[in-house]
Amino acid sequence: MTTVTDLVPYEDALASFDPVMGLEVHVELGTRTKMFCGCATELGADPNSQVCPTCLGLPGALPVVNATGVESAVRIGLALHCEIAEWCRFARKNYFYPDMPKNFQTSQYDEPIAYNGYLDVQLEDGEVFRVEIERAHMEEDTGKSTHVGGATGRIHGASHSLLDYNRAGIPLIEIVTKPIVGAGERAPEVAKAYVAELRELIKALGVSEARMEMGQMRCDVNLSLRPSGEERFGTRSETKNVNSLRSVERAARYEIQRHAAVLSSGGAIVQETRHFHEDDGSTTSGRVKEEAEDYRYFPEPDLVPVAPPKEWVEELRGTLPELPRLRRNRLREEWGITQHEMQSVLNAGAVDLIVATTEAGADAPSARKWWMGELARRANEDGVDLAALPITPADVARVAALVAEGSLNDKLARQTIEGVLAGEGTPDEVVEKRGLKVVSDDGALGAAVDEAIAGNPAVADKIRGGKVAAAGALVGAVMKATRGQADAARVKELILERLGVEG
Amino acid sequence: MTTDPTRLTAAELAARIADGELTAVEVTEAHLARIGAVDEKVHAFLHVDREGALAQARAVDAKRERGEPLGPLAGVPLALKDIFTTQGVPTTVGSKILEGWIPPYDATVTRRLKDADVVILGKTNMDEFAMGSSTENSAFGPTGNPWDLTRVPGGSGGGSAASLAAYEAPLAIGTDTGGSIRQPAAVTGTVGVKPTYGGVSRYGMVAFSSSLDQGGPCARTVLDAALLHSVIAGHDALDSTSIDQPVPDVVEAARNGSVEGLRVGVVKEFRGEGYQAGVVQRFDEAVGLLRELGAEVVEISCPSFTKGLAAYYLIAPSECSSNLARFDAMRYGLRVGDDGAHSAEEVTALTREAGFGDEVKRRVMLGTYALSSGYYDAYYGSAQKVRTLITRDFEKAFEQVDVVVSPTTPTTAFPIGERVDDPMAMYLADVCTLPSNLAGNAAMSLPCGLAPEDGLPVGLQIIAPALADDRLYRVGAAVEAAYQARWGHPLLEEAPSL
Repeated sequence: MTTVTDLVPYEDALASFDPVMGLEVHVELGTRTKMFCGCATELGADPNSQVCPTCLGLPGALPVVNATGVESAVRIGLALHCEIAEWCRFARKNYFYPDMPKNFQTSQYDEPIAYNGYLDVQLEDGEVFRVEIERAHMEEDTGKSTHVGGATGRIHGASHSLLDYNRAGIPLIEIVTKPIVGAGERAPEVAKAYVAELRELIKALGVSEARMEMGQMRCDVNLSLRPSGEERFGTRSETKNVNSLRSVERAARYEIQRHAAVLSSGGAIVQETRHFHEDDGSTTSGRVKEEAEDYRYFPEPDLVPVAPPKEWVEELRGTLPELPRLRRNRLREEWGITQHEMQSVLNAGAVDLIVATTEAGADAPSARKWWMGELARRANEDGVDLAALPITPADVARVAALVAEGSLNDKLARQTIEGVLAGEGTPDEVVEKRGLKVVSDDGALGAAVDEAIAGNPAVADKIRGGKVAAAGALVGAVMKATRGQADAARVKELILERLGVEG
Repeated sequence: MTTDPTRLTAAELAARIADGELTAVEVTEAHLARIGAVDEKVHAFLHVDREGALAQARAVDAKRERGEPLGPLAGVPLALKDIFTTQGVPTTVGSKILEGWIPPYDATVTRRLKDADVVILGKTNMDEFAMGSSTENSAFGPTGNPWDLTRVPGGSGGGSAASLAAYEAPLAIGTDTGGSIRQPAAVTGTVGVKPTYGGVSRYGMVAFSSSLDQGGPCARTVLDAALLHSVIAGHDALDSTSIDQPVPDVVEAARNGSVEGLRVGVVKEFRGEGYQAGVVQRFDEAVGLLRELGAEVVEISCPSFTKGLAAYYLIAPSECSSNLARFDAMRYGLRVGDDGAHSAEEVTALTREAGFGDEVKRRVMLGTYALSSGYYDAYYGSAQKVRTLITRDFEKAFEQVDVVVSPTTPTTAFPIGERVDDPMAMYLADVCTLPSNLAGNAAMSLPCGLAPEDGLPVGLQIIAPALADDRLYRVGAAVEAAYQARWGHPLLEEAPSL
């Protein structure tokens, strides 16, 4: 995708302008059934196999609110330090689109279930930035259109479209920030950190897996610039469906540079939606909003108001998990690692795995070493998430224990892990089947040591002459001869013993 | 004792079927034969489900033979307004846009009727999407009033009311958004009840105006209406707005009619210009009758009622503009212009252009406008305020009286064609009925005689507070009994034979 837009270098843009951002995040809840009917919500089902009169919008069908959906919304609101409405209604947002069965979306308008909150996010250098939350409200997802025959999968040029309503009616929570001001040059970083923190929070609450690549969490980045020192906000662009953490940062950065280019050449920003392109990090014009779209909101007459009882809300507040940022800081201190190292652990998706491994008995440094070393490498090679590797934290803890007791050395431990990943069984089974036990029996090692001394007389002489460090070469020879299974420390002792040298 | 099953009441039919004096199949066949004989003239039905009805009737007879218990209306035939979905049986809502659609599911009302072994004869004609007061807005042609086939049977449920008056069915189901059960009942000399909002499930009832729509029973007698009411009413988990409380014992009330000591309110705003002299005369006589029967009559004032029509014609179109958006040619019903040359948006537009009638388009446009940003507060917002005032006026009234009475509609049945080009005149037919929809309370229409000037039926409306539906039946049964004593026969027997 090539772009015609000239960009201003990022630093120059920030020298003259102050960015203002607004982030709108949609989270698909992981409820068992849809928001307003009893249909299943499983991903990957055959098209239109999870539908009923209600989510197909058949004449006469009516919605009923999913209580778990409301509970999830309240819990998200509480975790974001929001006020929870004592009484609120659903509203109809009216617009036509073929993948929206009723041609209105059941949503909330001026009475969101949660409002006025904040989320503190930690940037990579440890600085904490407070993002204020305007509202979090409940709504339903649309179906999915697949445009067939066009060049890019877009509707333009397509010969026909296929509609799958399985997604129609899946509960969504839309979380909208207040304008984010004062982030300056760190605005793109704040955007990314906010979405990352929100994702961790959603996962910690257990209300959604929040997998962005699966569309379970989708972000719109609204951005405007104002001349430094100006109070009034500039005209904004709305970059839709930016669906990875990296893309959120890139989209914000790109729009800052683009806006700056337009504004500094005397132009005006058009209020419009924009598409983000993963390949080159650019955005292109979508639909121009000549006038504010008129959704003709009005209170949904088919549903009764939602009035969460105060005691229930307090009960839910009492069950909130530790906030991810605070938990990370606690773990970082417990593990004795730097902010930067913790960030790597987080980026690798290893926090919970390391915690589980320590809970299975390993010490934190070895748990982190295996997950962030050998296993991270394997996951990277295979292109899968760390958590998706066919090895459990308990397996890793067992390997660490075998190393600690001296039954395995590092090399053998890696082979053990390789065996587990290859499906050969538990660590103990792999050690047994592959015969990976460290050999420290003097009888078995003696012959190999003698052979090594005999085969390297020059080295042996050096050692006899007091160059103890040269023993490494003979240890290496023994290790090679025993295919790595010898206890290296014992081998060294035997060599020195035979050559009459004190270690 | 008559031997023609079509002349019996639902209560009598149920008793005879239970006793084995008549079989459900005989009863059903008699009604199907009557439909065959007269419906070409009346056009009460859009679809007669002959096979389905007979199958249901046979099942009832089999049940009886096996000695299984039968419900209070088992084997009794019924005409269902074509606004309720019926699995496997066409449902058009009187609109071309749904012509040929076979619903894959039953409305809750349909299901409850089937569960009660009521025999569904077919689907009745109606104003398209229940928008109208004459059934002339049906895309499938008008229905004639059995009292005078050149006149309208009221609307939107003209088909249901006409089927009763023509003895094609002893029971029918209607829906009432602004008077669509009561006004047809009034002009056909039958009984119709709009239950308290939320009393009867709206699940599977194609929505016109969700906050006003209410399904209810239609019959030739108050007791029959009560029996039907008790079958269809009650909480439904599929309708969030349905009332989760026990249904008032309407059958007991209908069996024990009384107005002794009852305080009756007469709304002074419900008369004057536009009210036919004969209608006012019969209404005044009805008030006199209530007094004779032991009621205390009080004149009350509900000033907000004069704004009811205006508020109704903002709220109902607003909701309908959203409810009817789903008819877009994508999933079901009519599809026009799907020739590869038109975009999806164009197909939707062409389909709606061809599939919706004038009145539906008028209301969709009115409602779209009323909800537009910049106009919302002035129109929809103000209308909701009037709605609150009307509810308060009713509350105040019910502090002084037990029920409110009025003429059901200002005139008797008007000639087909007379008001089709004058929407305002048409809308005025509902001026007395729609305040109850706006307030969500319960109301009944029952016959109170024939207007002297044209010999056509006049309806008496009884309004009770929300949840006091049984009061309608207690009062209605007493009034009905007194009239029958006075006339010596049911009013319908004065209708010309078809």
